[in-house]
Amino acid sequence: MNENKTPGASGLIMNEPLLWEKGKKGRCGMCVPKSDVPEANFPEALQGEGPDFPDLSEVDVVRHYTRLSQWNFGVDTGMYPLGSCTMKYNPKINERVAATPALAAAHPMLADEHVQGNLQLMYELQEYLGAITGLPAVTVQPAAGAHGELTGMLIFAAYHKSRGSKRTKILIPDTAHGTNPASAALCGYKPIPVKSGKNGILDAQTIADVMDEETAGIMVTNPNTLGLFETNIRQIAEVVHAKGGLVYGDGANLNAVMGIIDAAKCGVDVMHLNLHKTFSTPHGGGGPGAGPVCVTAELEKFLPTPRAVKDGDQFKLEYDCPDSVGRVHGFHGNFGVLVRAYSYIRTMGPDLKKASQFAVLSAAYIKERLKGTLKLAYNMPCMHECVFSDEWQQEDKITTLDIAKRLIDYGYHPPTIYFPLVVHGAIMIEPTETECKEDIDQFIDTVKKIVQESKDNPELLRNAPVRSKMRRLDEIQAARRPCLCG
Amino acid sequence: MRYLPHTDEEIQEMLEVIGRKDLDELFCSIPDECRYDGDLNLPAPLDEWGLNEHADQLAEAMTVTNEYKVLVGAGNYHHNIPETIPSLASRSEFLTAYTPYQPEMAQGTLQGIFEYQTLTARLLGVDVANASIYDGASALAEALLMGLRASKKKTKVAISSAIHPHYREVARTYFAPTEYELLELPVGDDGRTDLSGLGDIESLAAVAVQSPNFFGVIEDLEAAADTIHAAGALFISSFTEPLAYGLLRSPGECDADIVCGEGQSFGMSRSFGGPGLGMFGCKKKFVRSMPGRLVGQTTDLDGQRGFVLTLATREQHIRREKATSNICSNQGICTLIAAMYMSSLGGSGLRDLAKLNYDKGEYFKAQLVKNGAKIVFDSPTFNEFVVEFKEDFQPIYKRLLEKKIVAGLDLGKYYPKLAGKYLFCVTETAGKDVIDTVVGEVKS
Repeated sequence: MNENKTPGASGLIMNEPLLWEKGKKGRCGMCVPKSDVPEANFPEALQGEGPDFPDLSEVDVVRHYTRLSQWNFGVDTGMYPLGSCTMKYNPKINERVAATPALAAAHPMLADEHVQGNLQLMYELQEYLGAITGLPAVTVQPAAGAHGELTGMLIFAAYHKSRGSKRTKILIPDTAHGTNPASAALCGYKPIPVKSGKNGILDAQTIADVMDEETAGIMVTNPNTLGLFETNIRQIAEVVHAKGGLVYGDGANLNAVMGIIDAAKCGVDVMHLNLHKTFSTPHGGGGPGAGPVCVTAELEKFLPTPRAVKDGDQFKLEYDCPDSVGRVHGFHGNFGVLVRAYSYIRTMGPDLKKASQFAVLSAAYIKERLKGTLKLAYNMPCMHECVFSDEWQQEDKITTLDIAKRLIDYGYHPPTIYFPLVVHGAIMIEPTETECKEDIDQFIDTVKKIVQESKDNPELLRNAPVRSKMRRLDEIQAARRPCLCG
Repeated sequence: MRYLPHTDEEIQEMLEVIGRKDLDELFCSIPDECRYDGDLNLPAPLDEWGLNEHADQLAEAMTVTNEYKVLVGAGNYHHNIPETIPSLASRSEFLTAYTPYQPEMAQGTLQGIFEYQTLTARLLGVDVANASIYDGASALAEALLMGLRASKKKTKVAISSAIHPHYREVARTYFAPTEYELLELPVGDDGRTDLSGLGDIESLAAVAVQSPNFFGVIEDLEAAADTIHAAGALFISSFTEPLAYGLLRSPGECDADIVCGEGQSFGMSRSFGGPGLGMFGCKKKFVRSMPGRLVGQTTDLDGQRGFVLTLATREQHIRREKATSNICSNQGICTLIAAMYMSSLGGSGLRDLAKLNYDKGEYFKAQLVKNGAKIVFDSPTFNEFVVEFKEDFQPIYKRLLEKKIVAGLDLGKYYPKLAGKYLFCVTETAGKDVIDTVVGEVKS
């Protein structure tokens, strides 16, 4: 394969100092309106010096951020097969809808009758997410996936409290998402780790052995972080329910199963979704996300307030829910993110099922074509992602990190690495449904080429990346001598 | 479907490689009893033009639109946003990137966040600021939990009842399943928090005060710091309007230990309350108790300056249930927006804009008083204040609404004792003519 046909290339990359290394006192990059009122005296005792910010011109600011952006790689730049993160294409039209002036300018404390458009959107989004999961009652208030998990755990706690029981433990399998234990701990639950079975799937008997009446329930990621469907989920739910516990479904991997599974039929009671994964809203280099929580009708009364409800042909915010866990966000959640996800669902409609089918097709295809090149962690039918390890590269003293960094030279964002922890040197690949076959084939060929390089010229991998603006960065130095502020 | 590139021919080729006869067979591991019945019950797909029309219909259902002057702040403010900000923040290299786990491919995001952390620390007067929390409310809840962590065995925290009512609700939600106790402190007749009872509270880990507070009143943070520290507690200073710090002494300068609040004012649209930005900083000695991501400076193999995520051993994916928080995704792009805003205004611009907001508020208050209204709290305020009218304000409110002005927020829902009194906000976006129109209606 000719290296020059991969997207990786060295271009003209500009240097750019830090903001405060630029500028001159007295410049301004933004108009401050001329005052049309008399000047007033501000009490001196309360007055400060004002922060030491650099003064920059508009051109200074524009060039600064344009140059910074060129050091970055996004989904719009190229394939981003980051496992568990669902880096699918983020449609441009959804950005425009979110910027619709009447929707985006709304103050969150206006009277319901003045914001019917926004309330309709929130209400309908709740309905759609209920239809997609099979769990009919939904809050869109949580601001991210982990915030949804926390909301779910608050609901667990409120449910058990309402039944007069105080439970202290929660079961968390080793194939669950990394945030789960910390979310549960915030609600006072001690996470009890549960081992997955030999084939990467949870065994109902393992759960039965540890589930007791001190345990609030279980947090299951399904499909799990190995990309496998938890086939025993129904039996596991029965075991947990029989002891009075609840089942939490971490929906971060929903992209594999829209229109394929019904979470309620799987026995799940509470589930959060990541709109910034499955529903195509941009990740923004770390956020903002949105983590709606869907629950069974029985648990509806515990959802955070307020929620959008329909009253005749009007929409309103319902506050009167005495059993609610309360508010989890200052206002109505990351509304701008909700608008984008709503737009995506309206664009896809029932074809969301196709998105899941193609996401799984692409992952299964990669798994099949790379299983002779990299060691598969578990040779089972995969869902939307597949997990390999660096076991076969160990004889050449090449690690997962080296493979990941070499992919950068070829113009790909590396997969998720060293997660899940149950796989040594994990390489977790999630192509998503929006990558076309040629690009997937090119990625596969590139991985094969890199593995060949690891035998022929391993230094190429150990020194990688060499075509990026920066070479490998010293993370140990960053942590030992923290410099967090310039 | 334009987001799904696979052709029928490619699907067949891929299925053959996998050894499956059709797409359904890919899901053979899923038991029948778990399966979805029928097709997804969702409206039929809209094309791009249909979606645009639908968005227009939703916009038409909004009766208070962007044409209105909304003189309500209460934690969500209307400020001018220069076109440079949406233009730069929508660059897809920033917008469509994930969390910067691979620093060689994300130096733009990482330097951008490092700059945000630095400008935020300078604004708030603290040693360190993190890469954001969801919003001002969750930032307060996290700060209170951090206060308890940093104080070891103590069990109580106290918050001013002049903190935004929604923030207090969120703090209560976070505290409900814990063993900790959350107390509320009263507000004096001057609209400032009454801290006189602190000495009687045992096992007090931290006390939170907001300035400017929910009533727009500027708290005496220096005096608050002395009282709180004398009670052996950490001082948490919260805020909803960071623009005020262009003029006010910063909370850090007043000796706050933890500073947290909402940054929506800095370049983000009101957007029905989100996404905004939870700004969060603290003194250096507490940094290892701090929640959230941090970006730090380092060098690459060639000795070039670069940036990485750091001190991750505090975080959920490493420390698991012992982490300082469960937060993972934060407000990402909003940190860059805030940094773009702070750097566009610069030190001089921020001061001028803050002063303009203050002057508008003072003019508005003076005009109202001249026409018989009363300003409920006589302490200094920033760009918000509470007004009591001689008679029922509702008819005037309605007349002003017809003139496309939303005249304040009735406080009765949040403070029953203040029912019929209105919280007003005025920023640089409301001209003198708008203020005069409101005052004119009050007068008549």
